[in-house]
Amino acid sequence: MSQLTEAFGIAIRMIFSGDPVVYSIALRTLLIASVATLFASMLFVPLGCLIYFGRFRGRRLVVAFIQTMYSVPTVFVGMLVFLLVSRSGPMGSMGLLFTPWAIILGEIALIAPIITGLTISALQSTGQGLADTAAALGASRGRIILKVLSEARYAVLTSLLMGFGRAVSEVGIAIMVGGNISGYTRTLTTAIALGVGKGETAASIALGLILLSLAMLVSIAVNLMQNRAG
Amino acid sequence: MKTSVWSILSIFILTLTGCGEQQQSEPISEADAPIEVSEPTGIEPIPRVERLRVATTTSLYDTGLWGYLEPMFEEAHGIELDVLYAGTGRALDWGRRGDVDVITVHSRNREEEFVTDGHGVERVPFAYNYFLIVGPESDPAGISGMSPEEAVVALMETGEVPFVSRGDDSGTHGKEISIWASAGYDYDEDVRTAGEWYVEGGSGMGPTLVMADEMGAYTLSDIGTYIAYQGDLTLVPIVDEGDALLNVYSVIQVTTSKDPELSAALVEFLISDEVQQLIGDYGVEVYGRQLFTPCAGEEL
Repeated sequence: MSQLTEAFGIAIRMIFSGDPVVYSIALRTLLIASVATLFASMLFVPLGCLIYFGRFRGRRLVVAFIQTMYSVPTVFVGMLVFLLVSRSGPMGSMGLLFTPWAIILGEIALIAPIITGLTISALQSTGQGLADTAAALGASRGRIILKVLSEARYAVLTSLLMGFGRAVSEVGIAIMVGGNISGYTRTLTTAIALGVGKGETAASIALGLILLSLAMLVSIAVNLMQNRAG
Repeated sequence: MKTSVWSILSIFILTLTGCGEQQQSEPISEADAPIEVSEPTGIEPIPRVERLRVATTTSLYDTGLWGYLEPMFEEAHGIELDVLYAGTGRALDWGRRGDVDVITVHSRNREEEFVTDGHGVERVPFAYNYFLIVGPESDPAGISGMSPEEAVVALMETGEVPFVSRGDDSGTHGKEISIWASAGYDYDEDVRTAGEWYVEGGSGMGPTLVMADEMGAYTLSDIGTYIAYQGDLTLVPIVDEGDALLNVYSVIQVTTSKDPELSAALVEFLISDEVQQLIGDYGVEVYGRQLFTPCAGEEL
C-alpha cells in the first residue's frame, strides 16, 4: 500500500513539475488522436448523412453492421493496418509503418464506425419530424438536409468526441503499427504498457492520470453537448 | 474559418513529422551533417531527419542497453535511430517483410536460416551472457544444482510447481524449447499439454519475470533482464550452469534495408572496440555486475 501511495506521490509531482518526457508523450498522443478525429470527421460525418438520407434497400442492415463495428478489437484493426502499410503490403511504398501516420490511419479506421453510426443516430433523433415538416412546407431536399444537420449539430459533435475518446485511449493500434518508438511514436497508452512491464510504476501512474484527465474532459464536453442537444 | 482549420492542421502535421523530446538542439558538426535535399517549391522545407530502424529482442531493450547506445549512434551520424522491441520471432518477421533495417536477436538457428534465405547480409555475434532458471528461494521442485535438462525433467515429474514459459516465439522461448527437446520431450505433445503448472505467458521477458514472481513459479530468463529486474523480484537463480544456457546476441543487416550504408555502419558500431568496451561495462555501476560479455570476432 505504501508503495502505491509513494508512486502516486511521485506521479503527481511529475505532472506538476512539468516533466518534459511525460508532457511530450501526452502532447503527441493528443495530436495523433486529434488529427485522426479530424480526418475521420471529414470522411464519416458525410457518410453518415448519406446513409441517413439515402433511402436504399438494406439500410437497416448497414446500420446494424456499423453498430457492431463500434466494438471492433483495436488489435484486430492494428493487425490489418500493419499488413496494409508494411513494406510488403499494398501501401508499403508509402513508408508509413512505425510512424505517427500509421497510428493515425489505424485510429481513423477504428473510429469510423462510431462517427458514422452516431451521426446516423443524431440525425434520426432530430430528423424525422423536422424533415416531414420542412417537406410539408415545400422545402427543397438540399434545404431539408442542411436544416436537419444544423439542428443535430451538437449530437454530431458528440459523436466526434466519442470517436476522439476511443482514439486517445486505445493501445492495440499504437503498439502494433507505431512500434512505441521513444520520442516518435510513443503514446500515453503504449508508454504505460511498457512502464508497467518494466516496473516503472510512478511514471505509469502519472501517464495514466493524464490520460484519465483527458477522458474526463471529453466526458464533460460530451455532457455539455448533450445538454445543448437535448 | 476554413483557413484557421487548415493552419491548425498544418501545425499538427509539422509537429508530427518533426519529432518530440529527442529533437537535437546542438548543431551537428559540418562533417557529420546529412546531405540536405532542397525542395524545388521555394517553400521553406521541413527539416527531414533520416531515420534508421533497428528491431531488437526485448532483453536488449528491457535492460536499457539500446537506450544507452542509441544517442551515441544518433550523434555520430546525425540521424534518428528508431529502436523497436519484440521477441526474436517477430523481429525476424519484420526483417523478412522489409520493415526494419537492422535486427539484434538471439536465436542462432533462426538467424542462420534468415541469412541463408537471403533476408540478412551476415550474422555477426556481438555479445553473450547466460540464461538462468530462476524460481522461488524455497526451490519447491528441488532442482537446485541440476543441469537444465535434469531440471526440466524434475519439473515435469513433480507436475505441480508452476513454470511460466514466454510462449511468444522469442529467442528465450526457443532456448526453452531446445532444453525440453534435449531432455527428451516433444514440446507440443508433451510439454504444452502437461497440465496447469505449465503456463504460457505470452509476454516479454520483464513481464514474464513479474508474472513468475507473482505466481511463485520458475521461469527461464536471460541473466541481463533478470539482473535489471532483480530489485523488484523475490525470484532467485536456481539453475545457472550448463552449456545449454549460453545466450549469444547477434546483429544482422537486413538485405532490403533502404540505407545499406547506414545499416552497415550500425553493425560496425556494435562491434567497434569502443562500443564493445561499453557493452562489457554496461550495468556494472548500477547492478554491481556485468550484464553482457562482448564477443565481436568470436565464433559463437
